[in-house]
Amino acid sequence: MVSHMTNEPGNQGNGLTPLFLVIAQGIEAGILDGSFPEGSQVPSTNELAVFHRINPATAAKGVAHLATDGTIYKRRGIGMFVAEGARAQLLKRREQQFEQHFVAPLAAEADLLGISPDRVLELVSASLTATRKEAAWTPSPSPR
Amino acid sequence: MDAVSLTEVTQRFGDVTALDHVSVSFGERRITGLVGRNGAGKSTLLELVSGRARARLGSVTVHGKNPYEDRAVLSQVCAVTESQPYPKSFRVSTVLTCAGLLHPQWDISTAHDLVDLFDLRRQQKVSQLSRGQRSALGVVVALASRAPVTVLDEPYVGLDAVARRQFYDRLLEEFVAHPRTVILSSHLIDEVAHLLDHVVVIAHGRVVLDAATESVRDGILELTGPSVLLDEYAARLTVLSRADLGGLTRAIVRGARADEAAARGLRVAHLPFQEAVLALSSGPSRGSGVGTADSP
Repeated sequence: MVSHMTNEPGNQGNGLTPLFLVIAQGIEAGILDGSFPEGSQVPSTNELAVFHRINPATAAKGVAHLATDGTIYKRRGIGMFVAEGARAQLLKRREQQFEQHFVAPLAAEADLLGISPDRVLELVSASLTATRKEAAWTPSPSPR
Repeated sequence: MDAVSLTEVTQRFGDVTALDHVSVSFGERRITGLVGRNGAGKSTLLELVSGRARARLGSVTVHGKNPYEDRAVLSQVCAVTESQPYPKSFRVSTVLTCAGLLHPQWDISTAHDLVDLFDLRRQQKVSQLSRGQRSALGVVVALASRAPVTVLDEPYVGLDAVARRQFYDRLLEEFVAHPRTVILSSHLIDEVAHLLDHVVVIAHGRVVLDAATESVRDGILELTGPSVLLDEYAARLTVLSRADLGGLTRAIVRGARADEAAARGLRVAHLPFQEAVLALSSGPSRGSGVGTADSP
């Protein structure tokens, strides 16, 4: 059954993310992959609660989190909508996080192991090529 | 704000103290989980809330009224228990008819819907129902009652994983469509954790935890690392349990912050909700009271 958070969509897999952030990240992922285009309505708190099988208050907190940073905005009496320019902004923020969460630890680990910068670039480049080949074989990549 | 309140309630059965100076409230339009071991006092508490028993010491109110004495308030409460004592000669349809008469907000179409979902036959007698079917019937009554205060005491006994999942889904759907105060007692904490706004843990007749679900998750972490580093960091925190392996220590700590601990070189993990609740309810933060014998 739902043990911990590993079953939740968009979970970063470290189990450290509070559930409301997981919900927010799920909506962000939908904005990034085009499920929720800019200007479109995002699911209501109640729809999110039933879909993710969580308490509506938690879903509301996730939605409020995205509204605070301007990714989505409220149209009174109608619901929440994806802001214009939200996708570009998200991509920019995600790139910063990529640097912080992936590149920096990679550099630190490489340094610890004494792997030369050239070798690191070579490894990353090879890994990228492999990932892209794999992606090309899959007609419709699964969201998970 | 609070739909249900208990104030200084003490309930004894002979020399067994089932509830010991319990003061606790259940917020309106919230889903609160009531958690505790067998004999902790959960059912005694819920019997008081649903007017099936009278508080001898202390007071119990539902919407400000005493549920044992006030018939109007009682019609606002629907309680189903693990051993739902429906008369054996009743048919499923009779139980539903009676429930409809007892609960003013009864929704017949929800009832029919759920009867079909759980594969109950309307003509079947209660005496012929399996354990799981009896639980399913209880769930039908509780959800279709739309009672402003809905109490579910271990409602899933005998239900398989699929039926439990259906129950949780329908509970959420009903809650979202018709918000109400839900008190759900359960052993299966991890299964219900995501549904809950709030969790109340009782042990030996006392409330040992009364907290927002989220604060349970955030407030308790498992830290692992060199004993020196861990002791230094944990000095000002509450250590609920610890285990040592040479110079390595693993501790469950209350009040830690994940980012702080990680910055000090400790490995940080969140506990599954059930373990966090257990740690909080058995750790040193607990009151000094050592319980008497378990109640029946």
